[in-house]
Amino acid sequence: MDLYSLTLTEVAKKIKNKEVTIKEVLDSVYSRIKEVEPKVDAYLTLTQELAYDRAEKLQQRLDNGEDIGILGGVPVAIKDNICTNGVKTTCASKMLDNFTPIYSATVVKKLEEAGAIIVGKTNMDEFAMGSSTETAFAKDTKNPWDLTRVPGGSSGGSAAAVSADMAFASLGSDTGGSIRQPASYCSVVGLKPTYGLVSRFGLIAFASSLDQIGPFAKTVEDAALMLNVLAGHDKMDTTSANLEKVDYTEALVNDIKGKVVGIPTDFITDGINKDVRAAYDEAIETLKNAGAQIKEITLEYAKYSLATYYIIATAEASSNLGRYDGIKYGYRTKDFNDLDELYTKSRTEGFGPEVKRRIMLGTYVLSSGYYDAYYKRAQQVRTLIVENFKKAFEECDVIMIPTAPNTAFKFGAHDASPLEMYLEDIYTVPVNMAGLPGISVPGGFDTNGMPIGIQFIAKAFDEKNLLQVAYAFEQNTTYHNERPTIEEGK
Amino acid sequence: MSVSKEDVKHIAKLSKLNLTEEELEKYTTDLSNIVDFANELSNINVEGVKPTAHILDIRNVFRKDEVQPSYDREEILKNAPSKDAGCVSVPKVVE
Amino acid sequence: MKEYEVIIGLEVHAELSTNTKIYCNCSTSFGADPNTHCCPICTGMPGTLPVLNEKVVEYAVKAGLATNCEISRFSKQDRKNYFYPDLPKAFQTSQYDLPLCLGGHIDINVDGNKKSIGITRIHIEEDAGKLIHDAYTGDTLVDMNRCAVPLIEIVSEPDIRSADEAIAYMQTLKSILEYLEVCDCKMQEGSLRCDVNLSVRPVGQKEFGTRTETKNLNSFKAIHNSIEFEIKRQIEVLENGGKIYQETRRFDDAKGVGYAMRTKEDAQDYRYFPEPDLAPIILSDEYINDIKNSLPEMPHIKKERYIKEFGLPEYDAEILTASKKTAYFFEKANAICNNPKAVSNWIMGDFARMLNEKEIEIDESEVTEENLACLITLIDKGTISSKIAKQVFEDMFETGENAKEIVEKKGLVQMSDEGAIKEIVQRIVDANPQSVADYKAGKDRAIGFMVGQIMKETKGKANPQIVNKLLLEIINK
Repeated sequence: MDLYSLTLTEVAKKIKNKEVTIKEVLDSVYSRIKEVEPKVDAYLTLTQELAYDRAEKLQQRLDNGEDIGILGGVPVAIKDNICTNGVKTTCASKMLDNFTPIYSATVVKKLEEAGAIIVGKTNMDEFAMGSSTETAFAKDTKNPWDLTRVPGGSSGGSAAAVSADMAFASLGSDTGGSIRQPASYCSVVGLKPTYGLVSRFGLIAFASSLDQIGPFAKTVEDAALMLNVLAGHDKMDTTSANLEKVDYTEALVNDIKGKVVGIPTDFITDGINKDVRAAYDEAIETLKNAGAQIKEITLEYAKYSLATYYIIATAEASSNLGRYDGIKYGYRTKDFNDLDELYTKSRTEGFGPEVKRRIMLGTYVLSSGYYDAYYKRAQQVRTLIVENFKKAFEECDVIMIPTAPNTAFKFGAHDASPLEMYLEDIYTVPVNMAGLPGISVPGGFDTNGMPIGIQFIAKAFDEKNLLQVAYAFEQNTTYHNERPTIEEGK
Repeated sequence: MSVSKEDVKHIAKLSKLNLTEEELEKYTTDLSNIVDFANELSNINVEGVKPTAHILDIRNVFRKDEVQPSYDREEILKNAPSKDAGCVSVPKVVE
Repeated sequence: MKEYEVIIGLEVHAELSTNTKIYCNCSTSFGADPNTHCCPICTGMPGTLPVLNEKVVEYAVKAGLATNCEISRFSKQDRKNYFYPDLPKAFQTSQYDLPLCLGGHIDINVDGNKKSIGITRIHIEEDAGKLIHDAYTGDTLVDMNRCAVPLIEIVSEPDIRSADEAIAYMQTLKSILEYLEVCDCKMQEGSLRCDVNLSVRPVGQKEFGTRTETKNLNSFKAIHNSIEFEIKRQIEVLENGGKIYQETRRFDDAKGVGYAMRTKEDAQDYRYFPEPDLAPIILSDEYINDIKNSLPEMPHIKKERYIKEFGLPEYDAEILTASKKTAYFFEKANAICNNPKAVSNWIMGDFARMLNEKEIEIDESEVTEENLACLITLIDKGTISSKIAKQVFEDMFETGENAKEIVEKKGLVQMSDEGAIKEIVQRIVDANPQSVADYKAGKDRAIGFMVGQIMKETKGKANPQIVNKLLLEIINK
């Protein structure tokens, strides 16, 4: 068995026990990248040189008998909207194509302190705006399960890299589903933690009140291990929660007898693909058989999440993306006569169409005369959604819904209508609106052999319950053992 | 259309974006569709509902007033497209 | 020509004298090389987040309490979005609808008339960077050292009716902020500056006229002159049948002219919304009371005390308390020599003149409180005359030397030995028979001449009272 196909937990153990060297692991991952990356295009930057330097140092420390951390020597990938000191961080935008941060995000520091090795920066939708990674400036990332289909988005590169065994785990960011939806499309585990559990310092902002960093992994166990490293208070992030440290691996018990799983029947209605619906029904049976109690719940305001999301997220984005003006960093137009032309041409040439669309929508909803009708109202509806979930969690421990209404689609399928593409986020967005933790776990395949994800949602900061149910579901199914072919589908 | 071409021109100007005539048409349609969709919120009774600006109940998150070393100027200006005399350089600002 | 009434409101920006910037740990100190007090946060680099400096809240609350404002129990920060090269994030973090302080007032005094000026609000916000014109290339250079230095904006009600009232308001505000030690108020460095909103209306008219806003005035002179200029301009426009446009203006103090920057036509739409990266500020009664109890004695209270406790005239008390530094100097010097009027006279007289000439503040002078007190004691004890004292003070001011040492070194001790003085008086009387005759003929001036001669002889050291007494005795003998 090739080293690259191991899980994070397995490979970390082998390194620690000196069954393999870190270099051997790195060699295996980079040879895998050499083999499949030309087909998948998951990465924007590979940091081979830095990685090998680091591998050598970590190995020395390990050989000296030092503890090199729980991710000691494990190759991971980072979404290209998370700042890495000295390594280009582009947000897959022409705007930041030459941008090299002078500091590292808190999560990057934490990963490095835990011994992880960064193998590269992954492709994404431009500034994390999209659900297919098609809005990326440089290239499209392909779905390893069918190279003619999208990997989902916006963290498509991070999902594809783990799915195609080009990293043992990766970081993504999730504003409206950008971790869970690509995890679902690529059949990996994708975890969006509670808002405030993981520091956002160094995550290039899309929508500040919704963004959250989280891991992609091959198994729930690996995701729990990653969360152990990522979670925790950061004084550099005002919105970071100051809570006691939790060991999430304690949740990895295959026992959910008596757990109450909520099924929001009023929310899962039309517009859902029949194969996804079938997989969902099967998931309900799986949990029932494992001893969980299934309970119908109502989430009457969840259906308004998407409209609320597109107001709040774009409003915040329109402000967050103002700083890309061609002055201090990033793209500057070649040809300008005055300051205003410098601004306008740099931004017009530097941003892609989807980013422009969202900046304009956000500007519109905040502009004079519309604030109350849109932004303020959206924040009020957000309160109703939050309360809706609170009430639901009085009746259940976790909620289960599909991650996405459909499976991975063909490139260009939604080009004509942005709104249709937005609807792909219908099941993931409510979780961001309420700031809750959500996880997507492999839950089946459609008739074309494309993966289907099952999503679990828990109360704020109740990642333990979330991981426990997700783990039990995974242990009682076999979908996570399937590997992609990395070929064009039928 | 719920969003007019004039609206789009205005917000493009506020956003410092240029639109071609074709883009103007396209964005006017797109934004109208999205705004129409968002208008479903106007049916919800939000009377007396407090807006959520922060999902967490955070308050008074402060930092101590203690100086820490700043960054080297070379680092600060490293990504600047144009610089001169230790500063970022821009075309003449007229007031 | 009709009579016009002038309506003025001021927006004062005061840089807070915290050690660090509002959202990061970079230093706020003035005058560093460009872009050396910068980090990824204050230069708005992608991915960075703000964390509020606790002193900013404390200082703003102090300013609010000292200006009789209501302190908000719940307040938040908002983003004001616009593009400008001195604003790296393309938004200024400020406060929109829920500022820290609301509804206060301060009392001003113009030519003996007291008046209360309303304070609409005080909010916290961040300063912008500095733009430097590069004469060589014609480009503009951006120095981000000042980016995110904390400011409070103090917005007055439109209660001000003249340039003099505006100046009195600014002076009072400056003195309050100095007393609180929340702002160093160095107007020439831009740490205290203001925007003037001004309109005129014919006397008797109820509605306000259209107002203009003159931005960024950073000296009392500029404030005064810009107001006078703008009043005259608006009245002229109206008298000629013209229309005032709501516009932002600049005032060129060197040339003494104001000009329009941008008009309402391209009005900004700032798209304010709550800053999602910062938490609400929720203040308890306890927090506010603790600050209230720690406030120093404010200038108007101090003034009353000076009148009562030291028996000083109101005029003296007003001037001494206008600046905290002056008041501090006065109190410390008086505590040593216990002669309030003398200390006051020195501070308001020669000392003030010399500080002015040298363009320095009282605490930057070589003369210490102990030193001035020592000089006054020397006069009070009769060791030196007041005339000599003026000379000694000049030396003190130049060299910083102790008064006593100067007096001793230069042998300036007053001659009070009657025998020795009598000898000299006799000599002068003998040498000037004509003056004696003139005096006896009723010309009092002749005495003055002879006193002058005696003082010349003694190099000014003779005790003038003794000289007078002896001279009269000898002549009238």
